[in-house]
Amino acid sequence: MKDIILGVKDLSVNYKNKNVLAGVDLEIEKGKIYSIIGPNGCGKTTLIRAMSKSLKPKKGKVLLNGDDIFEMKSKEIAKKMAILNQNNTTMSDVTVKKLVQYGRYAHRDWWKGLNKEDDDITEWAMEKTFVANLKNRRIDTLSGGERQRAWLAMSIAQKPEILLLDEPTTYLDICHQLEILELVSKLNKEEGITIVMVLHDINHAVRYSDEVIVIYDKNIYTKGDSWSILKSQVIEEVFNVQTETIIDKESNKPIFYAKRVI
Amino acid sequence: MLRDRKGFKIGVIILLIIFLFIAFLVGNIKGTLKVEPKRIFEVIMTDDGSPERMVIWNIRLPRMILAALVGTNLALSGAILQGVMKNPLADPSIIGISSGAGLFGIVVLVVFPQYIGLVPIAAFIGAMFAAFLIYILSWKGGIQTTRIILAGVAVSALFGAGISGILVFYSDRVHGALTFMNGSLSSRSWPEVWTILPYTIAGFILVNVFAEKLNILVLGDDVARGVGLNVEATRLGFTALAAFLAASAVSVVGLLGFVGLIVPHSIRLIMGNDYKYMFPATALLGSVLLMFSDTFARTFLSPTEIPVGIVMAVVGAPFFLFLLRRE
Repeated sequence: MKDIILGVKDLSVNYKNKNVLAGVDLEIEKGKIYSIIGPNGCGKTTLIRAMSKSLKPKKGKVLLNGDDIFEMKSKEIAKKMAILNQNNTTMSDVTVKKLVQYGRYAHRDWWKGLNKEDDDITEWAMEKTFVANLKNRRIDTLSGGERQRAWLAMSIAQKPEILLLDEPTTYLDICHQLEILELVSKLNKEEGITIVMVLHDINHAVRYSDEVIVIYDKNIYTKGDSWSILKSQVIEEVFNVQTETIIDKESNKPIFYAKRVI
Repeated sequence: MLRDRKGFKIGVIILLIIFLFIAFLVGNIKGTLKVEPKRIFEVIMTDDGSPERMVIWNIRLPRMILAALVGTNLALSGAILQGVMKNPLADPSIIGISSGAGLFGIVVLVVFPQYIGLVPIAAFIGAMFAAFLIYILSWKGGIQTTRIILAGVAVSALFGAGISGILVFYSDRVHGALTFMNGSLSSRSWPEVWTILPYTIAGFILVNVFAEKLNILVLGDDVARGVGLNVEATRLGFTALAAFLAASAVSVVGLLGFVGLIVPHSIRLIMGNDYKYMFPATALLGSVLLMFSDTFARTFLSPTEIPVGIVMAVVGAPFFLFLLRRE
């Protein structure tokens, strides 16, 4: 029996009067890491935004532990699911610590302050993401990598069962890209948080996830583990490039490179 | 940084309270009839039938209190709008919320003068109407910050034209149309104080109670929703609160611009964007600014009075341009 934490049923989404997703079905199993890949404008971000209630679907449902998220209160969702959005820009100048404390918003009543548990979890989240030494810095003074870790700290301070990330590595250099991905996979292994992330880099997707979901032409084109995605013709069909795949001896995972445009 | 320290923020608030006291004293001393500081409190406490008592109790004291209340309302309204509209240039007068309130208020005043008691409510409806027009016009898959100002300018012009039209058609019924258009505290007294006081108290309490929600909303809609904030309800609630504060100010002093722009911004520059500290500081600075400006407007060309709105425009317009260049 599969343990489904997040289920997408017959989901259709329009964005700016254009049909972006049509009839998507997807099951996310507890404890796994999923990556969503696909060509530009295929609806990856739309899918993850609909899964997090940021976009209203035209049709279909998103079920979190069996409950329809469009009928749940934002607070109830936030206790179970956290979202790290794409390029978070903000006119806010909060300190890292304050930002991470906002992650506790759903867990307390609005008229009450932070209790001991909130403080402990805030500290824990900052240590996990290596921003404890930055806690009094303002987020607008941080570098891209530091800022992304601070947002991640806020997300895990929610103590979610599942974490959605929308292109968490965009605009970061390669070192900070790996840093975030290592961190995410560590959170999965050590804290058991289910991960669903949209990634641009196919090698990152196959390297860091249990399952890769390929979106193409308004729906899920295929879904499977790293080998099944890279061995087949999927990448060539979806991205229009000729590929070559080799094995990384250290991780036993495939690595691919694009040879030429078809 | 210094401005991130809690102690510094509290220090600024204490300093503003001292300024408030000074502004209050200066406002009561200054004028054709000079009153000794010591006498001010004597005549406030006891009615000794002296000319000082007359001037202080009937004119200067209520006017200073009214200046403080109006300053608080407009400054808080601006601070809220900047947050919910994610636009640092939002101000109730610039984006048309004040003129919406003004139009609806003046229609009641002129066309249905028997319902004068409904002016604040009509003004509130007008302000909300203006706010929703702005949202509708500037919404395109989320709030577009530049479109807000453009839509606001259009909405402001539209309602402004409506007000001018009414003032022309009913010129016989409108007294002090000019002071309404420019915002003035001239010849306002206790009745206006009692009209606006409940709004100021309620507004001040509500903004401070819910400050944290606005802090979270400023992080962005998706982020705020992600941590569990009901984004739509929060935005609606705060917009209504901003409209409510601006409308009550407009119903007693007319269209007074720029307070909601200058004050929250100066506070942001001094002590950052945390609304928990910003709201009290903004309310205080709004009071201080309007008390000083009104004292100046009243005494500078004495015996002629300048509408305080003109003083605010002279200070505010260059400040607006300064902010525009900084963005």
